[in-house]
Amino acid sequence: MALIARRCLWMPPTLFGLLLIVFTVSHVIPSDPARVMAGENASADQVAAIRHQYGLDLPLPLQFLHYVEGVVTGDMGISLYTQRPVAEDLVARLPATMELALYAMVLAIVAGVPLGVVAALRRNSWLDHFVRVVTVAGLAMAAFWLAILLQLLFSMWLGLTPVQGRIDGWGPDPITGFFTVDAVLLGDWATLGQALRHLILPTLTLALPAVATIVRFTRAGMINVMSSNFVFYQTAMGIPRRRIVWKYLLRAALIGTLTQIGLIFGNLIAGAVVVETVFDWPGLGSFAVNSILHSDYSAVMSFTVFAGVVFILTNLAVDIAQTLLDPRGR
Amino acid sequence: MKRLLRDRSALIGLIIIAALVVCAVFAGVLAPFPEDVDTYHLPRRLLGPSAVNFFGTDRMGADIFSRLLFGARLTILIAVIATSAAVVIGVPVGLVAGYYNNRFSDLLMRVSDVFLAVPQIVLAIAIAQTLGPAIHNVILALSITYWPFWARLVYAETRSVRNEVFIEAAVALGASPLRVMVLHVLPSIASSVIVRTTIGLGGTILVAAALGFLGLGPPPPTPEWGRMIAESREFLPTAWWYAAAPGLAILLVVMGFNLLGDGLRDALDPRLSRGGDAP
Repeated sequence: MALIARRCLWMPPTLFGLLLIVFTVSHVIPSDPARVMAGENASADQVAAIRHQYGLDLPLPLQFLHYVEGVVTGDMGISLYTQRPVAEDLVARLPATMELALYAMVLAIVAGVPLGVVAALRRNSWLDHFVRVVTVAGLAMAAFWLAILLQLLFSMWLGLTPVQGRIDGWGPDPITGFFTVDAVLLGDWATLGQALRHLILPTLTLALPAVATIVRFTRAGMINVMSSNFVFYQTAMGIPRRRIVWKYLLRAALIGTLTQIGLIFGNLIAGAVVVETVFDWPGLGSFAVNSILHSDYSAVMSFTVFAGVVFILTNLAVDIAQTLLDPRGR
Repeated sequence: MKRLLRDRSALIGLIIIAALVVCAVFAGVLAPFPEDVDTYHLPRRLLGPSAVNFFGTDRMGADIFSRLLFGARLTILIAVIATSAAVVIGVPVGLVAGYYNNRFSDLLMRVSDVFLAVPQIVLAIAIAQTLGPAIHNVILALSITYWPFWARLVYAETRSVRNEVFIEAAVALGASPLRVMVLHVLPSIASSVIVRTTIGLGGTILVAAALGFLGLGPPPPTPEWGRMIAESREFLPTAWWYAAAPGLAILLVVMGFNLLGDGLRDALDPRLSRGGDAP
């Protein structure tokens, strides 16, 4: 418990440091945001006016304080490209990314944990070798390349799945913003089917490295605990093998995997940057890339901060879950 | 070394990397069309794989195989410089923070934690975007993003050997902190740094390719692998080889580094039994 409290206490300074890095990256650069905002043909007066309007003529430390104040109160500035508040854009695009990342996470756990367990139980069997080849390749593959190959095969050649996008036409009326959930709530099965078909390829692409990581950690964790004394004891006590494996062994082995899940979720958000771009998925990742292409620095910085916050929060959640799961920590 | 060569996957990794280095060094000799890096022949554009053009030709009519070979140079250059820079920053930070136990070492680790709080690719994109598309900016972005990994690792390892008897003995004999760190701590943690660096090289290549794919890498006509894949998208599904070949090169090279890293860990760390395959 004390550990968790200490972790929570460290959050504000970490966030502050994160903002400082982001701010430094965006302000100690040769380009002049006021000039970008004013456009190429603006006069020196117009540039100066914009500089004043956005507080860019203030000393840097003061600008930084304004920036921190803005982020804390939910004001992340105006996007140079869409001319809308960045915070609004982020919130509007959040559900698309979360839906994709959550499906990928579920797929990674549902596929990764059993594969890891089976690979550990049948060590050096053909299945173990096959799983190893898949995980090694999965971790070495460029996500954007896999995405393009899947598009090529399933969408362009076989015509089974849509090439891009989240849905054809408009999505269901937003309730949660998750198209699949909304479609179920509205009883709109045609939309549900469509949303799912659009989800298949992006989810697969995003999930593959996560599956590989979970398999590796589960396998290593299982092998590690399989040789420990309590398993020997339980076997001697006559507890059925199946129960030992799927209850006690798995619980002990998953502690290592769980540490990774926090990292994995953060990586899914990061991976979304590339995957969403290829699939033209209207989420945060493609938003970040579009902002980059339009030199929209306030949007890029806001996305960086957002991803950092998600990272910090998931790691905190993992720490808490780990303490709860590991009886030795209680 | 013997143990390393006995490990099949490490051997495969070593062969792949040796092949990569040969391709990079002798690109000018090995490439069937070395001039295709920056010239174009529009009549030959988008030809499929054949005995002349092993991987077909691209939108400029350039031989993709030749461009891939020259791209290997760029890949090695970016990965080696960026990773070395990250090691050169990260290792001393981790050593100092791990050796001393005071406010300053806490601060060092907090700073690296903040860097680790942002997903690497996001931070690299943000930095590369503000600096502009160029090779040295990609390298800079990657080194800034990756040094905390080595700092964290070296910190943890230093902490674990800090109270060993041989360190205590060195201190008792009057060795200066610098001497203890460099001559006693560093050699005993070197193997994990080597393993991490090998795998890190693969990771850097992936992120560098992603930067290139997003248009943040070196500008055309540089034969950067990620950029080649981005260029190919207009010509799908017809010119599938255009997209497939560079990605295959990335896959092979990253896999080579990962396999070698895994093999090195098994060989250097006797605590881990073979086939244990700890992540």
